[in-house]
Amino acid sequence: MLTKRIVACLDVSAGRVVKGVQFVDLVDAGDPAELAARHAAAGADEIVFLDITATHEGRGTLIETVKRAAQQLFVPFTVGGGIRTADDAAAVFEAGADKISINSAALAHPELIGAIGSSFGAQAVIVAIDARRTAGASIDQAEVFIAGGRTPAGRRAVEWAREAEDRGAGEILLTSMDADGTRAGFDCELTAAVSEAVRIPVIASGGAGDAHHFTRVFREGKADAALAAGIFHFGIASVRALKEELQRDGIPVRLPC
Amino acid sequence: MIAVVDYKAGNLTSVMKALLAVGADPELTQDPAAVLRACKIILPGVGHFAATRFLEERGLKAAIQEGIAAGVPFLGICVGLQWLFAGSTEAPDCPGLGAFPEICDRFAPGKKIPHVGWNSLSIHPESRLLRGIDEGSFVYFTHSYRAPIANVTVAVTEYGEPFTAAIERANVMGVQFHPEKSGSAGLRLLRNFVRMPC
Repeated sequence: MLTKRIVACLDVSAGRVVKGVQFVDLVDAGDPAELAARHAAAGADEIVFLDITATHEGRGTLIETVKRAAQQLFVPFTVGGGIRTADDAAAVFEAGADKISINSAALAHPELIGAIGSSFGAQAVIVAIDARRTAGASIDQAEVFIAGGRTPAGRRAVEWAREAEDRGAGEILLTSMDADGTRAGFDCELTAAVSEAVRIPVIASGGAGDAHHFTRVFREGKADAALAAGIFHFGIASVRALKEELQRDGIPVRLPC
Repeated sequence: MIAVVDYKAGNLTSVMKALLAVGADPELTQDPAAVLRACKIILPGVGHFAATRFLEERGLKAAIQEGIAAGVPFLGICVGLQWLFAGSTEAPDCPGLGAFPEICDRFAPGKKIPHVGWNSLSIHPESRLLRGIDEGSFVYFTHSYRAPIANVTVAVTEYGEPFTAAIERANVMGVQFHPEKSGSAGLRLLRNFVRMPC
């Protein structure tokens, strides 16, 4: 049976893993290679490495750091942040990524999705969507932001997810900016709206606090995978302990791991 | 030396790293002569079936055929497994190696495609490739097309329907999942392959 994936995310800035709340107030959480290995050993089904300041600062992904993190990693490894061209993507694959995640560049140049997919396969291209809802507005109105949540993109999340799928994305990584870092739970409504709008897998992100939040986003949010960062880095919930709780809740997970 | 055939399709870095981790001496190559010299051949790959056209164009297909006929152990990964069959509906004008007569096809509609994530294996107990890997072990898949169940199938996985997760006939082997990304079960499989007599 296909299991629900637990994804550990490393938000990297200047070569260090950082953790913020609603995309600001960053604190240091450690070395990327060390944390990637630790999370994989603890049972993470995937590791995502996001260079969160690359686009904002207008520079490429930290290739050397990616290489170091990938070295001893035998679970899927996704890298995002600062990938603007098919050549950028190729360099990241060469450094050891199995998938790449694009966000701002995909919105600016949607044809990039297909261009990377044609060389490395559609399954290797994740389109990341950072979305924010306005109080009182319907889910369909949720807005997309780019450049690490700094700039509105003038697009609606659900409609953009559909376009990304049509253009050949293999997965959607959906982050609720409202929930990010709050540890108050994923935005299940938004996740479900996107998951039902597309036929490709959706990774829910933003708001993970406890096992119950994961159960809800898999059941109500119809997510195929769920991502968290801070709760794992600071040892609040080990991935294995989380999976054991999910299994008790009847969610299929990879155990033993 | 293990020849890892580079046909510009996929996560070669990950495959090379995993082989080094299990003590192999892999050589990434596009050269048919290197394939002919190899004591084992691995054809990795993610992506589109049409990428295998490169094998024909560069004379790699003929070299692989010759190696297989000489009894050299061969392992195809993902598209590399599918290529062992007659072809795939993903690229109908691009024939596979034809070691097995079946045709690979897209998953039936109804489930999310691609099939991405960790899914379990139902394993034939006599498989040498899967020796030491527990029944029900989870491995990592990412693909939209799959091989049907055939008489060479040694592991089955279920995603809406049962499909071939691994095949094995004498020296010809293939896996639909990614052993290089499947944690300890995947490394065990690669070690099994690496330790097979040449």
